[in-house]
Amino acid sequence: MKIVLQNVNVVNPESKINEKKSSILIEDGKIVKIGKLSSSELNGTEEFNLSEKYVVPGFFDMHVHLREPGREDEETVKTGCDSAANGGFTGIACMPNTEPAIDSAEVVSLIKKQAKGHLVDVKVIGAATQGRKGEMISPMAELCEAGTVGFSDDGVAIKTAAILKRALEYSKMYDVPIIEHCEDESLAGGAMNEGFNSTLLGLPPIPSVAEDLIVMRGIIMAEYTKGKFHVAHISTKRSVKMVREAKEAGINVTAEVTPHHFTLTDDIIKTYDTNAKMNPPLREKKDVEEIIKGLKDGTIDCIASDHAPHADEEKEVEFEFAPNGIIGLETQIGLTLTELLQKKVLTLEEIIFKMSINPRKILRIPTPKFEKGEIANLTILDLDEIWTVDITKFKSKSKNSPFDKRILTGRAVGVVNNNKMFYDNNFINI
Amino acid sequence: MPLSNRHLLGLEGVPKEDIQLILDTTTTFREVLERPIKKVPTLQGNTVVNLFFENSTRTRISFELAEKRLSADAVNFSSSSSSVSKGETLKDTMRNIEAMKVDMVVVRHSAAGTPRFLTNICDSNIINAGDGIHEHPTQALLDMYSIREKFGKLEGLKVCIVGDVAHSRVALSNIFGLITMGAKVSVCGPSTMIPRNIEELGVDVIYDIDEAIQENDVLNVLRIQLERKAREYFPSIREYAKYFGITEERLEKNGKDIVILHPGPINRGVELSAAVADGLHQIILQQVTNGVAVRMAVLYLLGTMN
Repeated sequence: MKIVLQNVNVVNPESKINEKKSSILIEDGKIVKIGKLSSSELNGTEEFNLSEKYVVPGFFDMHVHLREPGREDEETVKTGCDSAANGGFTGIACMPNTEPAIDSAEVVSLIKKQAKGHLVDVKVIGAATQGRKGEMISPMAELCEAGTVGFSDDGVAIKTAAILKRALEYSKMYDVPIIEHCEDESLAGGAMNEGFNSTLLGLPPIPSVAEDLIVMRGIIMAEYTKGKFHVAHISTKRSVKMVREAKEAGINVTAEVTPHHFTLTDDIIKTYDTNAKMNPPLREKKDVEEIIKGLKDGTIDCIASDHAPHADEEKEVEFEFAPNGIIGLETQIGLTLTELLQKKVLTLEEIIFKMSINPRKILRIPTPKFEKGEIANLTILDLDEIWTVDITKFKSKSKNSPFDKRILTGRAVGVVNNNKMFYDNNFINI
Repeated sequence: MPLSNRHLLGLEGVPKEDIQLILDTTTTFREVLERPIKKVPTLQGNTVVNLFFENSTRTRISFELAEKRLSADAVNFSSSSSSVSKGETLKDTMRNIEAMKVDMVVVRHSAAGTPRFLTNICDSNIINAGDGIHEHPTQALLDMYSIREKFGKLEGLKVCIVGDVAHSRVALSNIFGLITMGAKVSVCGPSTMIPRNIEELGVDVIYDIDEAIQENDVLNVLRIQLERKAREYFPSIREYAKYFGITEERLEKNGKDIVILHPGPINRGVELSAAVADGLHQIILQQVTNGVAVRMAVLYLLGTMN
């Protein structure tokens, strides 16, 4: 089948393409031509007139919780992928804190099997230690052979420095990163960031140093072992500064941030809304400011959602008893365009790096190329559309978002990948 | 003039006029408690549920007596464990209780913010009887009433809250209420028990108990929670008693006529020596009596708003 995306602005900084009012001809899922098309080339194609929307390399979210296996009532591989497509992503990496944890080739195959044939590519992050218990490293060689692209005990940090050292050393053979949820166990267990607001609200606090200590540990260990260390969902001022300094020193460290950590502060917890409860917790203005600075100067490589679905009945409880996390796949691009593009923190090219190219490079996944013969893997963005978040329209099985009813500027209106297109709320085979 | 809010979730942001109204109304009910027949028909036909998810004796009895003396129908629901561990969510528990047609809910819970959570899921008036380490507004109101009874005013008085401020719901409510009423508030305790950024609330921090005694008109001495994890925040009970305990010698040394409050139950020999706990400075039992009157005032003012 032949389709053409007409009247689009094509931007792919990696392929050095920036063409205004152009078109893309796609046949059997592959790019045939980018540029002006003759009437003979348009013959027999299905046309999509996109009135100057932007076509960019398919976005990739490297931090997603799919909940399968174990909590299929909250999300499945299928609903997670649908949610990703609706949110504007052509690829995601799923975290291993499932039940059982992703610490064997069998669980990797199960997820791959469930994802097969979907528009959205699902990459798997394996557990860094067996059962995420922090005692023995996982069978990383076998997991890598099964397709694992990184390792993490996400939800918690790797328990001890000794095991982290071993994980960094062993994973080096396969050139995959160790992704750390940076939180010191002895300082963990609270319900929100420690500060004036936690004092006001009487909620048990998690100090920012709980994150900083583990970021510091990872940086030091990455330098020592020459392994690859990736900081998941960075949230504190000091952590951003440490990553910046480590990069300047040539240490192999990368970092991601979630949209909620650059958009919100712990001020929104004042109503005890459990959709404002996540880990790492929402921090303070000074932290958000440093994160913005880190996004601008390249300290922070990626934007990732930490999409964490939870059932309503688990979130509609006393704040301290509610589980951590919010869904993010379907608000991430809107928040990024609103908070970073509209406010001129990042350019569109920089956003493409942070949401498409860098996450794939960190996980050593091929990046989408806008060249003849390449698989059409792209996201279509409307940078100006003003829309209101409506969680009832989400494709995710869960609805735990603090952004419901928020007015955003800019969104993804479609994606193309794997011979499929998602557009106008429909999956189309192309 | 009615109160500005139909719930009493805490004293943060409660206007001076509301606190004044509650304290003035308390005086009326304080009189009732001195009568041979200590009962008025004010809340006849009203149903109040005391929803206690945490062990409590005096607060629950105080509320129950207040309800009965206002002729309300009082029902007690006690569960030492949280509803979560029983398999029923608090939302379901609350909806079931409300389906039995109640008017007001008095709630005590280990999790901060629970009273506010209840306002989202039911229509009754909610009264916070202590939520985690957040607030305990009726305790602070009875403390303020007792201080006012003693001094005839609150404005300009110097009040120091002594002890484990970080893990106390009494401290925060006292700070909010007293500052609103124009008192000068400070806190004194081991530095591990003083929460971060407490100064931003407009209170001074003192680490020397002698200084706290010299500088203040009132000490509100908190209970050290020996049974909770708060116990990890100081090296030993002996050390706490030695450096932060209020003793006769300390009061004499500082030569000060000072008023001592304690929300109870007292750990004798820890935060207060036995002599101080029974001595001339303390007004602990007046606090308990006033507690019933304050709660009657709150129940009356909220119950007659609807």
